[in-house]
Amino acid sequence: MAAQLTAKFPEVKVDWMKERRLKVSTSAMHVKEVGLFARSTLGFDHISTVSGVDWIAKNELEVVYFVGSTTPGQEDFILAISERIARDNPVVPTMVEVWKGAEYHERETHEMFGINFQGHPDQSHLFLPEDWNELPPLRKDYVSPGR
Amino acid sequence: MTLEAEYSPDADRIMSVSLGPQHPGAGHFRIKLWLDGDYVVRSEPDAGYVHRGEEKMSEYRNYIQNVPHLERPVILDSSNILFAYALGVDELMNNKVPQRAQYLRVIMSEANRIISHMYFLAIQGLFLGHTTMITWCMGDRDFWIDLAERIGGARVTFAYIIPGGVRNDIPPSAIEKGLNTCDWFDKRMDEYEKIFFRNPMVHQRSDGIGVLSREDAIAYGATGTVARASGVSVDVRKDEPYSAYEDFEFKTPVMTQGDVYARAYVALLDMRESVKIIRQALKKLPQGPVRLKLGPQPRVPAGEVYSRTEAARGEMSYYIISDGSPRPYRLKIGVPSAKNLRVLPLLLRNVHVADIPPIYWGLNYWPVEADR
Amino acid sequence: MVVAQQQKSGAFQVLVGKIDDVLQYAIGDPMRYLANWGRLYSLWPVHLETACCSVEIGAAAGSRFDMERFGALEAFGSLRQCDLLIVMGTVTRKLAPRLKLVYDQMAEPKWVIAMGACSITGGLYFDSYNVLRGIDDIIPVDVYVPGCPPRAEAFLQGLVLLQEKIRRAPSLSGR
Ligand code: SF4
Repeated sequence: MAAQLTAKFPEVKVDWMKERRLKVSTSAMHVKEVGLFARSTLGFDHISTVSGVDWIAKNELEVVYFVGSTTPGQEDFILAISERIARDNPVVPTMVEVWKGAEYHERETHEMFGINFQGHPDQSHLFLPEDWNELPPLRKDYVSPGR
Repeated sequence: MTLEAEYSPDADRIMSVSLGPQHPGAGHFRIKLWLDGDYVVRSEPDAGYVHRGEEKMSEYRNYIQNVPHLERPVILDSSNILFAYALGVDELMNNKVPQRAQYLRVIMSEANRIISHMYFLAIQGLFLGHTTMITWCMGDRDFWIDLAERIGGARVTFAYIIPGGVRNDIPPSAIEKGLNTCDWFDKRMDEYEKIFFRNPMVHQRSDGIGVLSREDAIAYGATGTVARASGVSVDVRKDEPYSAYEDFEFKTPVMTQGDVYARAYVALLDMRESVKIIRQALKKLPQGPVRLKLGPQPRVPAGEVYSRTEAARGEMSYYIISDGSPRPYRLKIGVPSAKNLRVLPLLLRNVHVADIPPIYWGLNYWPVEADR
Repeated sequence: MVVAQQQKSGAFQVLVGKIDDVLQYAIGDPMRYLANWGRLYSLWPVHLETACCSVEIGAAAGSRFDMERFGALEAFGSLRQCDLLIVMGTVTRKLAPRLKLVYDQMAEPKWVIAMGACSITGGLYFDSYNVLRGIDDIIPVDVYVPGCPPRAEAFLQGLVLLQEKIRRAPSLSGR
């Protein structure tokens, strides 16, 4: 699996979080191609969740897509596709066309981290109140009131 | 607006209605509906009424302090949400959890699955106009709560499964009580089948309502009972056996209709398997310690982990990043309700208004869990 | 002239006051008691679930605890007919305006039970960015039921306390 990916996309970095958990680090430019390849060729058709991470020391934001598979024999395999972008202008392409289920997960990541998903159908607030006008709450420089 | 483009000839016939947050059919949750007469033409879920910022809060607390608040989102199923967390932290810390603790974790998580499914069936009975189901299920659920209370010491929030094992050993009296409850519940489930699942009224109200096809279930990332009712055999307990699940014999119930009826029936079949697992686990319970001594502020090496378990509603997953400090750097809770939420607007299309509550509740959607 | 009138009306007022006292004693108190007694065993709660404490309400309404025997229905119906608002747990920033709206729409007399640590002080979520620290900032509360979640029995006790409060209400309006 890892070999297949690196053969197709020489620029990606793969490492194993553990057995059967493969993390693929790529850039915002290639993430969609990697996603399409993972879905159609490698059989990762079932989106599990999408997470953002704020690496404030490196001034970067990370988006990680966790995808599983319903293909027999690789249900236990989780592929994590990650991309990193600069913190000041976080724009990444949306993966809704690849996995339709990513829509609400991306919407959540947008409101929690302020990451813009280009081409996303609707990025209004899902969990936060409509009138939220502070920093996105899961950014590290947002300090919770009461703390 | 897309709606007007779609329905332009009679655009003014479309009426928009909001269902919830104060509505008997939708607690802590609102569904925006666009109706044409009695038909729903489009719908949009509006979540977030219970968003409490769990993920931010966990960055302020250490790994042990995180236990109590992490089980609150899904209080119906509190052991399973902690199970995934405990697995993740154990993996980060390289804990060798004792075998007895593994068994107790399984027992508690399966008992919780039953407690959660009973609540689901009770309310589903209410929404389908079957009052016997709510009184029976709510009453019988309490017997399982009694058992869980004897093991975990609380009615719903046990904080029983913790990193490094379980909080306390099982009292000897609970083993016999557990076996008795299993025997009694097996008979009870036959009665549910007779009175509810073979009831023509229930069939009429739920057959072919809110059908989710197999392809859509996969594409939209549905998990748990929703996916299994649509013929997708996803079950983390089987796919990636964690804890002691390899030691037990059980099946993954799968149905193919994908309608409201199938989603309720899969829950019943799930409970049958859970009873089987609990019985095996209670009989084979090994001896030994039940937890490792970690101390109040365990040292967790830097690293990242993605752990998952099969909760009552589907795949519960945690993405934990540790930077070596006492608190998690990032903790993402991937809850099954949030995964199933995308399915709701798909199903609430071209259905009657009267079918909204069973379809909504049929997803086994728990808003507190989805909002976190 | 003016003084005489004042004297007269003064005497009249004293008379009115006496009659009022007598009437109050003979009719008012029993009336108040009767009206409040009628209210107390037919409480209609609003179905507004705010967070996880609603699970214990479900259990309290279920067949083991059966809150109907205390004269409170498991709520269904319009909130215009309801007179009891049970705040079942956390109130978030998004829900707070809706909670106020629901409370304002209910007809008088109305009572509020704050159930769970969250609705009393914010509970576990004292440092969350989206949670209100106690609902008494926005609506008046009659009975507090502490716990996280309160057991079904604790909730029922809160209900009984509220009934006791209604029984002793000093006025006909029930408050
Ligand atoms: S008091 Fe506890 S159980 Fe009740 S809403 Fe708050 S966290 Fe949930």
